Amino acid sequence: MNSAVERVHISHVEMKEIVKTFPGVMACNHIDFDIRSGEVHSLLGENGAGKSTLMKMLYGMLRPDGGEILLDGRRAVFHSPADAISAGIGMIHQHFMLVPTMTVAQNVALGQPSSRGFMLDLDVVSDKIRKLSAEYGLRVNPDDLVSYLSVGEQQRVEIIKALYLGASIIILDEPTAVLTPQEVDDLFVVLRNLVAEGHGLVFISHKLHEVTTLSTRVSVLRDGHFMGTRDASCLDRDELVRMMVGRELKEITPRGYSGGAERLKVRDLHVQGDRGTEVVCGVTIDLHAGEILGIAGVAGNGQRELAEALIGVRVPTSGTILLEDADITTAKLNNRINAGMAMIPEERMQDGAIKDFSVQENVFLHDHSDPEFSAGIFLRFKKMEAHARRLIQDFKVKTPNLDTPIRNLSGGNIQKVIMARELSRKPSVLIASQPTRGVDIGASEYIRERLLLQRDNGTAVLLISEDLDELFSLSDRIAVMYEGRIMGLFNREDTDVQTLGFLMAGLDPKGESLVGPGCE
Amino acid sequence: MRDIFSFNVLAGVLQTMLSLATPFLFAAVGETFSQLSGVVNLGVDGIMLLSAFFAFYTVLLTGNIWLGLLVAIIVGLLMGLLMSVVSVTFKAQQGISGIGLQILGLGLSSLLFKVLVGTVRTVSGFRRMRIPLLADIPFLGPILFNNTVLVYAAFLLVPVSWFILERTTLGLKIKAVGQNPSAADSVGISVNGIRYLSVCIGSALAGVAGASISISISNLFQDNITAGQGFIAVALVYFGGWSPIGVMGGALLFSFATSAQIWLQVLGVDIPASLAVMIPYILTIVVLTVSVNRGKQPAALNKQFFRGEN
Ligand SMILES: Nc1ncnc2c1ncn2[C@@H]1O[C@H](COP(=O)(O)OP(=O)(O)OP(=O)(O)O)[C@@H](O)[C@H]1O
Ligand SMILES: [Mg+2]
Repeated sequence: MNSAVERVHISHVEMKEIVKTFPGVMACNHIDFDIRSGEVHSLLGENGAGKSTLMKMLYGMLRPDGGEILLDGRRAVFHSPADAISAGIGMIHQHFMLVPTMTVAQNVALGQPSSRGFMLDLDVVSDKIRKLSAEYGLRVNPDDLVSYLSVGEQQRVEIIKALYLGASIIILDEPTAVLTPQEVDDLFVVLRNLVAEGHGLVFISHKLHEVTTLSTRVSVLRDGHFMGTRDASCLDRDELVRMMVGRELKEITPRGYSGGAERLKVRDLHVQGDRGTEVVCGVTIDLHAGEILGIAGVAGNGQRELAEALIGVRVPTSGTILLEDADITTAKLNNRINAGMAMIPEERMQDGAIKDFSVQENVFLHDHSDPEFSAGIFLRFKKMEAHARRLIQDFKVKTPNLDTPIRNLSGGNIQKVIMARELSRKPSVLIASQPTRGVDIGASEYIRERLLLQRDNGTAVLLISEDLDELFSLSDRIAVMYEGRIMGLFNREDTDVQTLGFLMAGLDPKGESLVGPGCE
Repeated sequence: MRDIFSFNVLAGVLQTMLSLATPFLFAAVGETFSQLSGVVNLGVDGIMLLSAFFAFYTVLLTGNIWLGLLVAIIVGLLMGLLMSVVSVTFKAQQGISGIGLQILGLGLSSLLFKVLVGTVRTVSGFRRMRIPLLADIPFLGPILFNNTVLVYAAFLLVPVSWFILERTTLGLKIKAVGQNPSAADSVGISVNGIRYLSVCIGSALAGVAGASISISISNLFQDNITAGQGFIAVALVYFGGWSPIGVMGGALLFSFATSAQIWLQVLGVDIPASLAVMIPYILTIVVLTVSVNRGKQPAALNKQFFRGEN
């Protein structure tokens, strides 16, 4: 093992009868879980099932109210992450734990005694990072400032940190939720290397296909209860879903499409990205009332900037946007919202919620001036509360009550609150970016149903997603975006996954390269 | 008017500036440690007052200036401990607990002074220490190298602090705790431990700042002798962009303005005294408004840390 610190190698960690309660919720209700070196033990469960809570207890961030943790048969009590680290346990959190104003090397050095005592030894740390990164295929540059790294790179830094701290058991809490499909493939290569080297991994994900390809064993939690463990050899997708959700999922059936009137007309739109280069290069699309137009593409091909330009948080460099024949190219965000546009942003945690506000306050971020909920300068709290309560039920948001600060909800439940807010309005145009990312399968199903409902009620929906299955089951038409351009636009019946996959990679269906990179 | 711009006057202005800068340097560099770890300690002025009194009183009783300095440091540490218990362990609002500390220091020092001393008395504090050879350099020598130990120590503190913050593991931990306490916690650093340490370093240095006023600069104690210098020190931390070097720049600018103002009055230049006294403060406000670079502010400044949140 090429870690910076040699620790006793633990080969079996057991959690027995673990109990944890928060005000109003029993997050873990007598849960058994164990992990051996050389295996991937996956943890499945809906949003708020207690996965993160269970793992935070294994990492010493939370104290169990009951139950015990055994390391190779010996009882251990973790008072803080420091104890878990010295026992050889590492964790990569659902929300990264990096100091953005520091370099990669500084972040890695943080948890470790220096080889020079009181003095920093960043050169030594950097060398070791380079070694680790070569050994496991984790591409990172020790001198880069963390705030300039992509999420994929930040995650590699987190893995290096865990390895550097000498972890033999590594917990990965939804590591793939923020990655592009390509980055997921790279990550899996790294994870397989780690397992081959004898590390034990706990893997949390909402994507069943990831869990089935990677795992040795799979355990399922539901509402804080342990539902059972299955070996990889006898995994049955439907059974896992039943254990997780408690029911079968409905197949979404394609419905007939009769394109309505044109709602949104985009003509030759050019948009610059954060780095000042053009990332949307002459996009022309028409969005009709009562249709879902899917935009397929690997993240980073201009979809985010396109969505931002349409909703009005990014100014296009040229081109026009017409909403029902009114030119809104330069209209303010507020005016667009009042004109009936709505958006589910990609960075929901950052752009969609105010963390210290309660669940109810977050539901009413926009609509507090709606006459239904306000009379003059006064708010009609009874009505607001009833409305919020209904949404929380419909979207199955797990929260003790409406006054809970939203930061206390599980990651996926925060997302659901934002979805509930945006989908409950009656927009004429809805732009949805990656609406089901990080959301459990039960809720994904519900969100998809809501999107279809919006469409049936005549909303024009633009659905940006990397998930081809999702696009195929929802969209009436699908466009592929690559390097800022629309590579093709198809009716759903006239195309297939393979064709789209090629176009997403910038290849024509015979595998020939179509365009060079970037706008000219 | 003829003498105002002579070399002698300039030398006087500069030397006064160095000695006036001393309490600012100790207090503001100390506050930099505290704030980099995420704790705004608004009680600096109160700590300075109480330490100034105890340093003065110790010297009055024993005549031992080093003992006076030591007592000032201990008083500072105790006040720092109090601040930490209230705002780190019990997670009270930092602004409120800092103001509480200030009121405590102001009230207690006045009370003790009235009860134990009563009238204005002077002590013989730190003397100027001439550094041989260096002090013989023409013009600059006597200004820079003929000062009290505390002046030398204050200026030495700047590079030492810079070194600790930029080159040691402790400095890295302090900054990590102030930028992202959850991240620091997740790699096993004790967030509260680092905050206690940083606040106590800051408060001990505020104690030295207090001593530098009562047993090095003025050699006496009176009610509210700091006249708000502790608050200026807090402002200097923002001015200096949370770096000891920046803080030194601010301390020099402010004490230069004060020193120039004093010398103008000494020389009998005809400006209203009350206006002159205001100049340094107005300068601080103006410079603060134009210069503060919030980008450098520790992201977790003034925020309590709770483990295990999303
Ligand atoms: N600090 C906290 N205070 C109060 N309640 C909490 C806290 N942390 C978690 N909870 C609650 O405990 C339950 C389990 O949350 P947890 O984060 O473990 O879910 P999860 O399975 O990781 O879900 P997700 O897939 O959405 O990340 C949720 O109902 C959540 O609201
Ligand atoms: Mg979670």
